[in-house]
Amino acid sequence: MDIKKYLEMFIEEAGENLQRMNQALLELEQNPDNESTLNNMFRIAHTLKGMAGTMNFKKMTKLTHTMEDVLQEVRNNELMLNPELIDILFKTFDALDIYLKNIIDTGHEGSNDYDEIINMLGTIRKGESKTVEVSNTASNKNIFDKGVENAERAPSVKFNEYEKNVIEKAFDMGMKVYYITVYLDKGCVLKSARAYLIFQLIEKHSDIIKSIPIVEDIEDEKFDDSFSVVAISKEDEELFIKGLYSISEVESVIINEIKKDNTTGIEKAKNQPSKLETEPEVVCENAVSSTKSKSVKTVRVDIEKLDILLNLVGELIIQKTRLEEIYDDKNQIYLESVQHLERIISNLHDAVMKARMVPVEMVFNRFPRMIRDISKELGKEIVLTMSGEDTELDRTIIDEIGEPLVHLLRNSIDHGIEMPYERKRLGKPEQGHIYLKAYQEGNNVIIEVEDDGHGIDLEKIKEKAVEKGIVSKSETLNMTKNEVIDILFKPSMSTSEKVGNLSGRGVGLDVVKTKIESLGGVVEIETQLGKGSRFIIRLPLTLAMIHALLVYVGGERYAIPLSNVRQIVKVNLDEIKVVQKREVILLNGIIVPLIRLDKLLNTPESSAHKKGITVVIASKGEKLYGFTVDSLIGQQEIVIKNLGKYFSAIRTISGATILGDGEVALILDINSLAF
Amino acid sequence: MEEAVAVNSFKLLSFTLGTQEYGIDISFISTIVENNYSITRVPGTSDCMKGVINLRGDIVPVMDLRTRINLPGVEDTQETKIIIVNMEEYSVGIKVDQVNKVIEINKSTIEKVSGISGEDSSDFFSGLVKCDDRLIILLDIEEIAKNLNTVGDKNE
Repeated sequence: MDIKKYLEMFIEEAGENLQRMNQALLELEQNPDNESTLNNMFRIAHTLKGMAGTMNFKKMTKLTHTMEDVLQEVRNNELMLNPELIDILFKTFDALDIYLKNIIDTGHEGSNDYDEIINMLGTIRKGESKTVEVSNTASNKNIFDKGVENAERAPSVKFNEYEKNVIEKAFDMGMKVYYITVYLDKGCVLKSARAYLIFQLIEKHSDIIKSIPIVEDIEDEKFDDSFSVVAISKEDEELFIKGLYSISEVESVIINEIKKDNTTGIEKAKNQPSKLETEPEVVCENAVSSTKSKSVKTVRVDIEKLDILLNLVGELIIQKTRLEEIYDDKNQIYLESVQHLERIISNLHDAVMKARMVPVEMVFNRFPRMIRDISKELGKEIVLTMSGEDTELDRTIIDEIGEPLVHLLRNSIDHGIEMPYERKRLGKPEQGHIYLKAYQEGNNVIIEVEDDGHGIDLEKIKEKAVEKGIVSKSETLNMTKNEVIDILFKPSMSTSEKVGNLSGRGVGLDVVKTKIESLGGVVEIETQLGKGSRFIIRLPLTLAMIHALLVYVGGERYAIPLSNVRQIVKVNLDEIKVVQKREVILLNGIIVPLIRLDKLLNTPESSAHKKGITVVIASKGEKLYGFTVDSLIGQQEIVIKNLGKYFSAIRTISGATILGDGEVALILDINSLAF
Repeated sequence: MEEAVAVNSFKLLSFTLGTQEYGIDISFISTIVENNYSITRVPGTSDCMKGVINLRGDIVPVMDLRTRINLPGVEDTQETKIIIVNMEEYSVGIKVDQVNKVIEINKSTIEKVSGISGEDSSDFFSGLVKCDDRLIILLDIEEIAKNLNTVGDKNE
């Protein structure tokens, strides 16, 4: 039996539970009388304790246990949930988080016992010691009673010839043979893992020669709440009793010595439950349902399995496209079949893509706590309002979007929101407000981070940029608002006077921009001095398959993501103007820069001589650009294939696709090509 | 590249560019394919990279070995093949004039390379070995298939 296969599951579930506890405590901080939230938090703590115990993480179990005791007292109205206690509880969560991180990194909890926190929790409880003792003895009694109950169900066991021989031999050698039955708590999760620990303990002092049910069945959890083993040992039964009772979720242990005259195989010498002489550490648990409630409707799926599924669907789509090219209009059945197939594959693709989608809530949920902590640290009062948490994003994007968002939020807190007295002076409410919004728009998901702080001082930026030599003073004279904002995204820009823990190191916004662009998205800023700022992140909805416009450029085939395309126009040579040394065209009164794709891509053929050219108008964020192409091939749904590590540094190409004829076409990265 | 203690030899695939024979350790080689794949050019890459091909659903870059080791290019023939090698992080196809056979070489017979051709090329060669009465130049495949991608980023 291997406990390691549970480690991943433990890490995921423990992480989620910690997150939920944080959320619950934040809620309780605002509404201390909310009983259901309190009960919820208690239940989660209890589950966490059980899980940690199963995985044999002693320190984590102890800390959670101590916390659970405190929470129990709060529930019984024996303890007040005051700000001091809340802070200690948050510290406890942080310590548990560190344990979890250590487990993720090294497989062990680490060496910190966090005695200070345990002491703090203990001190808070000191007032109500009387009740504690009572409950302890009550639990002691309970275990004993249960044991008696269980003993009534007298088990019996048959041995085969071989086993009888082994037992005979044991007697000859002066060893004892024990029949040990262990009853697990009814609410025990991961019974087989618990059983594994029990086996481990017994085998430390003996040899197990038989188990009922058989080991395979125990591993598959094919037992109710008890199982038995026959063990040969030199030791006394006290040793086993003590050891077994120290494993959590063991309800009771019945151990009987099989004496020599009993080797016909049935009945045991004694038939009483073993009493535990010493004071038990297990606290009686009255309450509490397990976490299992929500697992009925969902299934955990390894992200790799979804990737494999998606790849297969991608292959299906490629073949479907090839089939379509073999157009046989004489065969009606063939036609119908192919169309039907097309519909099925489309649906399959949608379904798999949906399976990979995850609500942004997964990323958003850690922010309230983070904002609370940071604003306390800085002495600012900030309220975070989130909306659209159920908006879904592809799993891989979710994993990457957290970091940039954290940075943007910290920026808002550090640079944006003013100190309370300053806000009062300005006539603003003392409490600063940060809005975190997510919503879907067409083929994109938009995430906005907005604050009502003091906005971005464009003049200051210009000064700083000139100071750092990023632009010259004369260049700053003619800059538009957007151009100044763009400077913010350049590496080594930072206008913070003090280099705090959070910001001011000058590495922030350009990293945010790069990360978001690597996800196929764009980031923009809107700001007004004195009023606040808004960061807008646009992300593509899907990663692996897109609608694309196939075009010929300089004799070669390329694909342009349709999500970037706004319009396609035909332009005559005389309609092309030159403004500030750049070719532009006038589109609906807007000046759109023209980009000669054949030149940029160094294609074998060139379109410079052509009279009338086709221009694909594409957008990068809010700006429009015109890309010249030879001709259009058509619109197609394409599977994005990675260009591979060898070419990963090439920015003009974002990937490749395999067309219906089996040939490779490159996908243009409009964001990189647009300048 | 460690072999079992008893064996002091390794196998190489020998192939030809022009009249000169070269060899690559076969432990790097995944497969050899005909030169009938349609190669899609990738803008902004170095000259020796011909582009990418669709190898059974995977996108694989292909390089012209002649260009890579600074030999003049030639027309493709029926004999031209593409050797697919597996590096740690990616696969690369290497176009050669003709593929010969797999030869077992004793490590002790490998001689050092010194002043064979121009200074540029010596990095690519890891030794010389005689087989029958032919001279085979051993190629350092890791150097040849090294990621050249700092070159050629034409954007901005």
